[in-house]
Amino acid sequence: MSRDVYITGVGPVSALGLGKAANWDALCAGRSGIAPVRGFDASGMGSAVAGEVPEYKLRDFVPKHYRKATKVMARDIELAVIAADLAVRDAGLTTPGTDADGERTHAPQRTGCHIGAGLIAADADELTAALATSCDTGSSTHPDAQLPGVGGFDLHHWGAEGMQQLTPLWLLKYLPNMLACHVTILHDAQGPSNTITCGEASGGLSVGESLRVIQRGHADVCYCGGAVSPINPMAFYRQVLTGRFVGDPASEDPGGCVKPFDRNAAGGVIGEGGGIVVLESAETFGERDGEKRAYARLSGFAASQTVNRSDGNRTPDAEGRAIAAAIRNALREAGVAPEQVSFVVPFGLGDPAWDAAEAKALRSVFGNALDDTPVYTPKACVGNLHAGAGGYELAIAAVALHEQKLPPILNRDQPLDGFGATQPNHFGHALVFATSVGGQNTAAVLSRVEG
Amino acid sequence: MSQQPPKVVITGMGWVTPLGHDLDTVWAGLTTGKTGIDRTSHFDASTFPTTFSAEVRNYDYRQYVRHPELHEHVGLNTSYALGAAAQAWKQAGLDAFDGLDRDRLGLYLGAGEGTLDFVPYVGTNLAAWDADANTVDGQRWAAAAKSGPTAFDAAREAEQEPNMPLAHLAMEFDARGPAYNCLTACAASTQAIGEAREILMRGDADVMITGGCHTMIHPLGVTGFNRLTALSNRNDEPATASRPFSADRDGFVMGEGAGILILETEAHAKARGAAILAEVAGYGSTADAYRITDIHPDGRGAALAMEQALDGAGITPGDVDWIAAHGTGTQENDKIETKAIKRVFLPENEDKSKVPPISSVKSMLGHLIAAAGAVQAIAAVLAIRDKTIPPTANLHTPAPECDLDYVPNEARKTDVNTVLSNSFGFGGQNDTLVIRRG
Repeated sequence: MSRDVYITGVGPVSALGLGKAANWDALCAGRSGIAPVRGFDASGMGSAVAGEVPEYKLRDFVPKHYRKATKVMARDIELAVIAADLAVRDAGLTTPGTDADGERTHAPQRTGCHIGAGLIAADADELTAALATSCDTGSSTHPDAQLPGVGGFDLHHWGAEGMQQLTPLWLLKYLPNMLACHVTILHDAQGPSNTITCGEASGGLSVGESLRVIQRGHADVCYCGGAVSPINPMAFYRQVLTGRFVGDPASEDPGGCVKPFDRNAAGGVIGEGGGIVVLESAETFGERDGEKRAYARLSGFAASQTVNRSDGNRTPDAEGRAIAAAIRNALREAGVAPEQVSFVVPFGLGDPAWDAAEAKALRSVFGNALDDTPVYTPKACVGNLHAGAGGYELAIAAVALHEQKLPPILNRDQPLDGFGATQPNHFGHALVFATSVGGQNTAAVLSRVEG
Repeated sequence: MSQQPPKVVITGMGWVTPLGHDLDTVWAGLTTGKTGIDRTSHFDASTFPTTFSAEVRNYDYRQYVRHPELHEHVGLNTSYALGAAAQAWKQAGLDAFDGLDRDRLGLYLGAGEGTLDFVPYVGTNLAAWDADANTVDGQRWAAAAKSGPTAFDAAREAEQEPNMPLAHLAMEFDARGPAYNCLTACAASTQAIGEAREILMRGDADVMITGGCHTMIHPLGVTGFNRLTALSNRNDEPATASRPFSADRDGFVMGEGAGILILETEAHAKARGAAILAEVAGYGSTADAYRITDIHPDGRGAALAMEQALDGAGITPGDVDWIAAHGTGTQENDKIETKAIKRVFLPENEDKSKVPPISSVKSMLGHLIAAAGAVQAIAAVLAIRDKTIPPTANLHTPAPECDLDYVPNEARKTDVNTVLSNSFGFGGQNDTLVIRRG
């Protein structure tokens, strides 16, 4: 018998704010966080709007004894640390991160951590300041080392001297596993831990792995989800190059430009943020004291891989075949029929081709029931949080089940066939799924916990 | 009523390494103490603090794959994975078997990110550098990124994502089951194999393609490790620079390559008549939760990972015949790994003969980073097959803090039935596998 696993804490972070209240209230008010990029001059990028996390003070989320370590955190890591702090506090857990002297809720060795991460781009200013010291050095003795088209950059000088300009720990700011690493240290999670790097499927896969770890008895509690910060030239442009994002919106309303499953959908928007959720075994949750709530039971999970040979496997196949397979398997594990699903949180990027593949997948699983099942798309409000999306969207779906309320669907004035439903007629189960550039798919089923 | 979880076995293996590109050549090198380390040729490293590395040479993935047209933009890391996987697939007899349910053919890799496209990456940043404001100008950055000699190529950028090896193996082998990539630094592919085993034990797939691939032998990769002072600087003696457990060890040697294994449940392997090479019998995974820069000084997490793997296999320390060590050749790792091994294997007495022989293939192959654990796992299977423990090469000056049996310099002929294989990653990630005769 595998153990029941609950979502007991949520830490969503997005352009709408930090934490459950800020995000939930904004989503319920129908607000969008999409706006012109502020973090750098993105006007030449070909997509100049994004969902950017508002200003924050990292020190508010990091205990005093650990503040020195914030110097080696890329912004992706900072956001994961913030999301984890919010989630752990929301769950009412005591860890060295929330209360250095308090009695810990869970044993460190029974605490796991699975976090999704993207490729973290090096801080352009820091790296380029160092690289610039190896330009036009006048050391013409090494013509071979002058790289073509690289503005007089001298690799020989870089190897001998230039690289010394970088802080010794430079690499540690950018290793993808540093999100999980800092979170495990802050909250003393010594159990199974992993970093999943599967693009937009990373968050869902991380949550799924935490679920399995708890089910097989290797941990009682796990922090899982993910976070990204693409608000820098390299990471932003790498997303632009995937060709799935709206250009510079002509209208004066950037919040209206992402239209998932609408006939006028023109592309997605790059987003910053993510979410960490706390998963806990039903037994240990039941045994612990203090204020607590089970937002939902994670009742089903599945993963699958797309094979689309027409495009280097960088886009879903037109039929959404593998997406449908993941959805079917997750529903089967949960013992939930499509008609019992109260609402769906899909990948929902807002790109016509991606939306169409998902629409096919949903129709093939749900049949006519799709017409009555609301498909809710937070990406219209916060953008594509990439490796952070799964954690964010699961957090929002869990809160919606718990509150028995679905926020309004934004920017879908002319819904695609089957995407017209806006409110569920009950709150029993939610389906959350994702698909990545590269074809990894995840699906999770959340079920309402009574009482 | 508890039901025994199914046994998970290895039925195919392939690797692409600095010592060669096929099972036998590499294994012959590993058992004769050959090293694959020489001056770095991927870029001009002649003035770097470290001028050498363990590179894959004379390799072309197109010689192995059936569908080269699907992979024309791949970077080195994916190309290594493709060649290794094609060989594993063949050894497992899957190229001649058409009864696979492709929805139950999964992937779990510990693949690294691809190689940064150096010229556009560095060139774009420099073209946009505003020295007076000490910042990169966004508009100039975008202009340089879009056109001219520093323009980025969309396909090459996409191929750098660490999930692209999955995408390509999926296309090559029509794998449609559960697919994951983990990137827990140097522990990644050991963790991938362990998690692939869990997926099979749970019944979520029939066959898993697992292992890892990586290269960080590029200017900024070497820069990162040189700044951490993690690499050997023995520029005068590259071939013998990797010296795990030796008193004069001075860091690890950067390697590259891939190791891929085919895992399936024993029942599935038997039903299709596949030869069973070994069993993946146990898996442990922990976090130090200590510091990002240092391993826990007592090897707390490492010891726990080893204990979990032994427990999972239902064996005791006395059952282990060889420890395939993480053994990087850094001062810190080799000292603490030795300590952690003693914690597990000598909890009460100091009779060191109770500790099985330990050796590090990194002394010959260098450190394949994310792919290191997969290569160790394959070496474990071959050690069992040939009753031979590969040596720790270049071990002439024992270190006082490394006072166990590290199989110095010469391979050892002995019965090997059970191997414990360790991988530890930057940031305190610890993963251990138990591999035993099937």
